[in-house]
Amino acid sequence: MASKFFDHGKLERNVSLLAIAALVTVAIGGIVEIAPLFWIDNTIEKVEGMRPYTPLELAGRNIYIREGCYNCHSQMIRPFRDEVERYGHYSLAAESMYDHPFQWGSKRTGPDLARVGGRYSDEWHVQHLKDPRAVVPESIMPTYAFLAERELKAGDMTGDLTALTRVGVPYSKDDVAKANEDLAAQADPDADTADLLKRYPKAQVRDFDGDPAKLTEMDALVAYLQMIGTLVDVDAARPLENGPQEGAR
Amino acid sequence: MDKLVMRTGGWFALALVAFAAMLAARDGGFAVHMGIVCAVALGLAVFAMRSADYGAYARGLVKMPADQGRYYDDVIRWGVIATVFWGLAGFLAGLFIALQLAFPALNLGIEYTSFGRLRPLHTSAVIFAFGGNALIATSFYVVQRTCRARLFMPKLADFVFWGYQLFIILAATGYLMGITEGREYAEPEWYVDLWLTIVWVSYLVVFGGTIIKRSEPHIYVANWFYLAFILTIAMLHIVNNLSMPVSLLGSKSYSAFSGVQDALTQWWYGHNAVGFFLTAGFLAMMYYFVPKQAERPVYSYRLSIIHFWSLIFLYIWAGPHHLHYTALPDWAQTLGMVFSVMLWMPSWGGMINGLMTLNGAWDKIRTDPIIRMMVMALAFYGMSTFEGPMMSVKAVNSLSHYTDWTIGHVHSGALGWNGMITFAALYYLAPRLWKRERLYSLRLVNWHFWLATLGIVLYAASMWVAGIMQGLMWREYGSDGYLVYAFSEVVSAMLPMYLIRAAGGLLYLSGAIIMAWNIGMTIAGAPLRQEKPMHDADYDAAADRPLPAAQPA
Repeated sequence: MASKFFDHGKLERNVSLLAIAALVTVAIGGIVEIAPLFWIDNTIEKVEGMRPYTPLELAGRNIYIREGCYNCHSQMIRPFRDEVERYGHYSLAAESMYDHPFQWGSKRTGPDLARVGGRYSDEWHVQHLKDPRAVVPESIMPTYAFLAERELKAGDMTGDLTALTRVGVPYSKDDVAKANEDLAAQADPDADTADLLKRYPKAQVRDFDGDPAKLTEMDALVAYLQMIGTLVDVDAARPLENGPQEGAR
Repeated sequence: MDKLVMRTGGWFALALVAFAAMLAARDGGFAVHMGIVCAVALGLAVFAMRSADYGAYARGLVKMPADQGRYYDDVIRWGVIATVFWGLAGFLAGLFIALQLAFPALNLGIEYTSFGRLRPLHTSAVIFAFGGNALIATSFYVVQRTCRARLFMPKLADFVFWGYQLFIILAATGYLMGITEGREYAEPEWYVDLWLTIVWVSYLVVFGGTIIKRSEPHIYVANWFYLAFILTIAMLHIVNNLSMPVSLLGSKSYSAFSGVQDALTQWWYGHNAVGFFLTAGFLAMMYYFVPKQAERPVYSYRLSIIHFWSLIFLYIWAGPHHLHYTALPDWAQTLGMVFSVMLWMPSWGGMINGLMTLNGAWDKIRTDPIIRMMVMALAFYGMSTFEGPMMSVKAVNSLSHYTDWTIGHVHSGALGWNGMITFAALYYLAPRLWKRERLYSLRLVNWHFWLATLGIVLYAASMWVAGIMQGLMWREYGSDGYLVYAFSEVVSAMLPMYLIRAAGGLLYLSGAIIMAWNIGMTIAGAPLRQEKPMHDADYDAAADRPLPAAQPA
C-alpha cells in the first residue's frame, strides 16, 4: 500500500523498523491511561482512618491470596443501590491504597467481601471456614478446616514489612522492628497491646479462632476478614451529603 | 570439546546453586521448586555428557557445516506433542473445577485440590501451556516457511521450548502449593517470572533472527502478528510483574503497585494477554494456515495492513473496561469503553479477511473437516469480538460484571476461536511434520468438530443464562422496596446451569481426546483408517456414458 507520503513496503522489508513501529503503537495506550494515575491527585482522594495492615492482618491477607479467595470473592462495591444495600457503602479508592496486590476480584461466585469486617461473629467465621454448609446450606465454598489445625508460620514478618516499606507502605521503624511481637500479641488476649493500638488504630485484639492456646492460620485469616472495610468511617460523611440542616438532625 | 565441558559444567553448577537455594529456602514451596530446578539441571548435565555428538566434534575439525538445506523442525514436533498434552490437561482441569461448582464435595477437603488453587491451574494450563505451546510451535514453523530460511540458532530454539515447559511446571506446581501473586493470569511468583523473561527474550532472538536472515524480500503478514505478539507480551509481562521479593530465598513477593494503580496495570496486562497472546498470535496462525489449507491467497492485502495496525493500536486501550464503576477514575473507564467499542471494527476486519479467503473454495466446508474447523473458529472469533465490545458498554457491564456471563464470553473466545484454530493447525502440521501421506483419519476430525461445537454451544448458552440471571436476581427489588433475593438463593439457582456447562466441557474434552488419538496414530505411522471418504460424489470416468438400452427379457 504505497502512496505519495507513505510506503508500507518499507516496513515490510525492514524488521527493525517494523518492530519499532509496532512497539511504539502498542505503548501509547498504556502510557496515556496508566501513567497519569500516579500523579493526578484526585485519583485517590485522602480519607481519614487508613493505615497499613498489622502483621497479623497481613499474614491473614497472605493466606487469603494463597488460597485464591479472589477467584470467587470481589472486594469492590460499585455505587449502585442494590450493591450498597446488600454489601454497604461503595468502595473508595483510598481503601485499597496499601493493598500490594489489589484484591478487587472479577467474579462473585460468592458475595463481595469489601465490608465483611464486623458483619459476622468470629465464631461464625470459624464455623463457616471449617464447614461452609453448616451455616449456609446453599454454599458451594470449599472447606478450610485445615486452617484451624495449622500453626501460623508466617516466618519473619520484619522481612514482609520491609519489602512493603520498599514499595511505599508507610510502616514506621518501630512497626518493622516489632513486627513479630505484634503478630503474636494481636491474637493474645493477655498481651499488653497499648503500644500496638497506638500504632495501628482500630486494630482488633483478641483470640479469633476460639483456641487461645495456639496461634493458628485461622486466627490470622479471621483477623483479616474482621477488619476488611472497617478502617474508614464512611458514615461520617453522610450528613454533609444531605446539607447542613439534615446533618443537624 | 571445551564446549562440552563448559556445558556440562554449567548445568552442574546451576544444579548446585539450586540445591543450595533449596536447603536455605524460607518456605516449603520455594524448596520444592528449587528441588525441581536442581533435578532438571542435573538431568541436563547428564544428558549433555551422554548425548555429545563426538562425530560432530570430528566434523568440526574440518569445518563441515550443519545441513542448511532443511528447515529445523525437531522443536516443532515436540511443540505439537506438548500442545496436545497440555490441551488435555487444561480441559480436564476445567471440567473438574466446573464440577466442583456444582458439587462442592469434589474439593475433597484438602488444600491442594480446592477450587481457589485449581482455577489458576486451569486458566494457566489452557492459556499459557496449551495456547503458548501452539504459538511457539506454529511461529517457528511459519517463520521458516514464509522467510524461506532455516531457524536462527536452533539450539536456542530448543532452549525456548524446554525452558517454557519448565516455566509451566513451576507455575502449575506453585499454584497447587499456594504460591501465587494473587492477580489473575499473572499468578506465577517473581523467580518464575524472571525465568520466563529469559525464555521470552531467547524466543524473540530466535524469531527475529530468522526474519533477519530471510530469503524473501517481504516479511509475510503472519510474521507481523507474531512479532507484535512477542514484543507486546514482553512489555506487559515485565511491567505488570514488577514486585519486591521478601527474601531472595523465599517465594513470597509484594507487587510494586497498590490499589487503583495495581488494578489498572493488572487489567492493562490481563486484557492484552487476551489481545496479544490469544488474538494477535492466533491471527498469525489464521493468516498462514487458512490460506494454506484452502489453497487460496489471503483475501485482501490492504485489509490486512489496516487490520494489523488498528488492532494493535486499539487493543492496548481496552483494559479499563474490566474496572467499570470501580474506584478507578471515571475518565479512564470511559476511555476504556470507547476504545473497546472501536475495537469491534478491526476485529471484524480480521474475521472478514479470513473468511473471504475461502472465496472460490467454499465447497471445502463440505469436504474438508479442517477447513470446517477454521471457519467455525473465525465465526466464534467474530461472535466473541462483538460480544466483548457490547459487554464493555458501561450500562451492559453494570449487569454482566462479576457474573458468569463473563465466563461464558471468555470461553466462546477460548474454546471457539483459540481452540478450534489450534486444532486445525495441529491437524495441518501433524502429517507434514512426520512425513505422512495424510492424517490417520478425516472422519475422526469430523467427530471432533461436532463434539467441540456442541460443547461450546452448551457452555456459552448456559453461561449466558446463568450470568444474566445472576445480574437480574442480585438487583431485583420487591414492591416493598427491599431486595428480593439473598445471595445464597442466587447461588442455588445456578446449579442447573453449572451442570449444563460441565456437560459442555465434557463434550469438548471428548473431542480433544479423539484428536489426541488421531494425531497419535498419525505420528505412529499407523496405516490410514479404513473409512468412508468425506466426499462421495467424485467424478467417475467409467460412469460418464449413456446407459445401454434395457434388453427385453
